[in-house]
Amino acid sequence: MTGNLKKSAKILVFSTEKISDPAIDMAGLLKLHYPPTVYTITIPCSSGIKPSWILHAFEKGFDGVFIAADGSDCVYGETCTEKTGNLVSAAHEQMKAKDIEPARLRMAAICSVCSEAFVKQIRSFNEYLIKTLHAQEL
Amino acid sequence: MKRLGVYICHCGGNISDYVDVEEVRKAVEHEEGVVLAKTTMFACSDSNQNDMVSDIKKHKLDGVVVASCSPKLHLVTFRNVTERGDLNKYTYVHANIREQASWAHSDDKQGATGKAIHLVKAAIAKSRYAEPLYPNQIEAEKTIAVIGAGIAGLKAAASISDKNINVILIEKENRVGGHAAELGDLFMSDEKGYDLVNRVYNDIVQRENVTILTGSEVISSKGSIGDFTLKIRKRPQNAGDPVETMEIKVGSMVVATGFESYIPKEGEFDYVVNENVIALPEFKLLVDKSTGDRLIYKGKTIKNIVYIYCVGSRQNEGGNTYCSRFCCTSVIHTSIEAKKKFKNIYNIHLNRGIRTYGKQELLYAESLKMGDIYLQFDQTTPPEITSNGKNSIVTVTDILSEGKKMSVEADLIVLVTGMVPRSDQSVGTMLKIPKGRDKFYNEVHIKLRPVETVIDGITIAGACQGPKNISESVNSALSAATKSFSYVSKGTLETEPIIAVINEDSCSWCGKCLEACPFDAIEKRNVNSREIAVVNSSVCKGCGMCAPVCPPDAINLIGYRNEEIISMIDVLA
Repeated sequence: MTGNLKKSAKILVFSTEKISDPAIDMAGLLKLHYPPTVYTITIPCSSGIKPSWILHAFEKGFDGVFIAADGSDCVYGETCTEKTGNLVSAAHEQMKAKDIEPARLRMAAICSVCSEAFVKQIRSFNEYLIKTLHAQEL
Repeated sequence: MKRLGVYICHCGGNISDYVDVEEVRKAVEHEEGVVLAKTTMFACSDSNQNDMVSDIKKHKLDGVVVASCSPKLHLVTFRNVTERGDLNKYTYVHANIREQASWAHSDDKQGATGKAIHLVKAAIAKSRYAEPLYPNQIEAEKTIAVIGAGIAGLKAAASISDKNINVILIEKENRVGGHAAELGDLFMSDEKGYDLVNRVYNDIVQRENVTILTGSEVISSKGSIGDFTLKIRKRPQNAGDPVETMEIKVGSMVVATGFESYIPKEGEFDYVVNENVIALPEFKLLVDKSTGDRLIYKGKTIKNIVYIYCVGSRQNEGGNTYCSRFCCTSVIHTSIEAKKKFKNIYNIHLNRGIRTYGKQELLYAESLKMGDIYLQFDQTTPPEITSNGKNSIVTVTDILSEGKKMSVEADLIVLVTGMVPRSDQSVGTMLKIPKGRDKFYNEVHIKLRPVETVIDGITIAGACQGPKNISESVNSALSAATKSFSYVSKGTLETEPIIAVINEDSCSWCGKCLEACPFDAIEKRNVNSREIAVVNSSVCKGCGMCAPVCPPDAINLIGYRNEEIISMIDVLA
């Protein structure tokens, strides 16, 4: 019954308009495939993501949330990395309080040409989520 | 309730080959507020744009969603369409179902269609909250940097200078001109390459609004369109001189860092191991620099010259799969020059199909008329080089003579090599310019935005973008110069009206937003006897860093308010 196996976790990606979005677009251009249940919401800067949005995504049924962060390339300044890290920590705390495994929220800096890195991260995250959340379906 | 129009693009077949666009249309046509849902072959075509303007007026639409390619390509196009329909352009919402659905999931049509439906529904959800906004104006530095002073960079600098804008031309080497300065006779010109470079250089070097920095490298870049700060390191010109570093401010940049010639591997068609084998750039130099009535190479008079085409180009997957475009013309031109300049030259061209496009076909005709021999081989049976003890023998299977094997004694074997991207990609890496599958820098769209990159304010010119001959490089340089000029020509730039807004009722000043703001755009004010945070809209850059740190969640970013993001998450879940 391999046809019924769940191969794709549902992942919400927060990407940024100027930095990680071009990389995700280029992944498509290069036909670097990743699961089709990965959806992107674009925002200006990764340090502007509210932990409440992340929690809402889990409450609505997303298996994982991935922050394609600006990292040191952020056009709004070098404090972005630290601030994005802080909001991820805050979200992790709120997830723990609600019994949501913190590892279901991942962050990686994805530069505007990091298409392969993005796809690699998403595939690995997908595998992790399938193993941990959908093991009984395998 | 808002009245929304939704357009789903086939993009020829780029989308509809993998996404069932009709299924997408049916899935969204009854969404709340949607009064019109259409599929269209090319959403960006003039006819569809006109239809959209008519639809907006006829159906009294308040918002428009187009599901098509990346917003990097057509967001502005469709914003302008909504404006022509008398709507505020910021009520337009874009859904990217090409790069992020059809292409990303071309291996899974059902999955791609399902994802496209979700993405369009999310865009509709966002559209319900989209409000009229008005762009901000920022100052733009009226100086343009051109990085690379090959022929493309020189011509771009000249063109920008013509438009009365300051240009800073930065060249890593100690001389300008790049590869063009190494060339002798050019086709379709009476000039030699180095004469052409000298002419352009002598023209711009005298101009007051052009600064030329040779021996200089850009080592860092900060800022964004209209306000880039580049740090430049200038190598010492004389022994004992200190390394000089300087900072310059520019509004936009043209990147024209050029190419490298493909260098065959040792043993590839006997390169290096056989002294009678040379690559095209070496042959061009030999023909240009040789004098007398005989062509002499390593003390030997050259008569029979065999040219092996497509060395390092049109290779199998994993190699350089692209055609380098210029090399057929270049080698035929040089072979004709050799024949005209020296006695008893016999040219034998072993090719994989001649690609002397456009006027360059005249050269091919001339070469045939002069008696040059053309034999065509297949990629699977490349020519073989052996030796008879005295000379090299090249054997080829000519597919135009029913696969007949032919051998020719060669005094000189020229490997017709193409262009490859520069091995030093530091400029592209620093500026984050995307590369294509061929590893050259990538434009946004080869036809619609051929010199723009996804990095606002940075254009590309010449062969750093892909193989080009001199005239093609110059054309792209003029285009890039004009585009870069257009960014800064007014001295001001329109920026997105995305700023933070504070709910005064919820805010009870704690100062965390001020700490988070990198631009000091937030100040404490006393309003109605209460201390609250107020955003200075002329300073706010719209990063949103203040929003997540606000304990009572009183801060939202326009265009990314809680209700918009939450409604999108609800639809995507």
